[in-house]
Amino acid sequence: MPKIKLPTKSPHIDMTPMVDLFSVVLTFLMLTTTMRQQEPAPVDTPYSISEKPTPDFNTLTLLLSKDDKVFLNFDNGPDTLLKYRPKILAEMGKRYNIEFTDAELREFEKYPTSIGVPILKMKEFLNTKENKERAVFQTGIPIDSLDNQLALWILFARQVNPNIQACIKGDAKTGFPIVQKVLDIMQDKNVNKFNLITSLEAAKINLQEIQK
Amino acid sequence: MAEIIQEEKGGGKKKAKKHAPHIDMTPMVDLMCLLITFFMLTTAFSKAKVMEINLPEKIKDPTKQEAPRISASRTLNLILGPNDKIYWYPGAVKPEEYNSLPPVTELDYSAEATGVRQMLLERNRALFKKIDEFNNEVLTGKLVLTPDSVLKSIAQLKKVDDTGPIVLIKAYKKANYGNFVDILDEMNICGIARYTFVPIAWYEEKMVETAAGIAPTTTASTK
Repeated sequence: MPKIKLPTKSPHIDMTPMVDLFSVVLTFLMLTTTMRQQEPAPVDTPYSISEKPTPDFNTLTLLLSKDDKVFLNFDNGPDTLLKYRPKILAEMGKRYNIEFTDAELREFEKYPTSIGVPILKMKEFLNTKENKERAVFQTGIPIDSLDNQLALWILFARQVNPNIQACIKGDAKTGFPIVQKVLDIMQDKNVNKFNLITSLEAAKINLQEIQK
Repeated sequence: MAEIIQEEKGGGKKKAKKHAPHIDMTPMVDLMCLLITFFMLTTAFSKAKVMEINLPEKIKDPTKQEAPRISASRTLNLILGPNDKIYWYPGAVKPEEYNSLPPVTELDYSAEATGVRQMLLERNRALFKKIDEFNNEVLTGKLVLTPDSVLKSIAQLKKVDDTGPIVLIKAYKKANYGNFVDILDEMNICGIARYTFVPIAWYEEKMVETAAGIAPTTTASTK
């Protein structure tokens, strides 16, 4: 009787279609990705039914954290092509007689998230390379009436970019006094239109009950 | 998945290879898997939404500008209180009532009978019905409009409405930002045409404190 010849090699699977598919998915993800950035303070935004997406540029975002600190962000992260950030910082520097070098301005431009550094510490902050050491400087922007740096930031941001829109991103648990104060400061600078950043939720209305 | 390719040695003439050499793609697939997982986890798919609010311009010089006058009969005052409660009263408090302040009613943020939504819808029924009918016509295809003109038409409906309440939102100092967003959201859900956010008055702080049972700590200006 002839022996049955068993295949010695494992059957070869053709992986080409799989690789094709993977590369398509990978390319798609790489092109659409916007990296999630770590904010200096954790913020859980409240929910609303609004469906209007956040604007991508011409924004001045105020981050209000749970412990009543205020952080600022221009154009949500790394700067746009028009490079407003260094101009705003240079104006701020002029006001406080601080000369920022080109390298420092570039560092400010590149900084990916919100900034909450008092202007007098800004130079030190920008020259620190280590992320952990940097976090120490993020003490929030002073907003009291003696040294209202937030008002100046808003003023210069609006001078540099007249189309800038104010966005407010607050934690649902942020106390109201700080919100009120920030709104007051903005209104003093004639900003009366605000975008409140929220997460989407569905509205539930019991129509029958109302029509009764 | 590695495989060992055994070479045949000796024995007869060498055959010319007919098919293309096989490339082992396993490491490539492994790497791609890793990258895909990485990108999927770091991508923020859903972008945050924004809710717009326009606040009335600040009156910087009271001698030149006068506060707008609104009818007291249509006014509803909503005060955002501590512990996720809302206190409301209709109309306005006259100076002669400062010693015996009107009572406030307690509500919460739910959609139930105790919630602010029922109260607002009750008072805004006429306008809400109109907006709802209009939305239905758009949804069922009776009216074909672009999203922009839908929004415009609703804004127009709100503009000509003169029966719904004028809501004044005020916040007690123990309220939080979430309450503020929630109440503005309720305004949008209930289709309130006229609402705004105004600073709280000292007698309103007092009213909330009496209703919620907190020790009085008036900080608002007594103007």
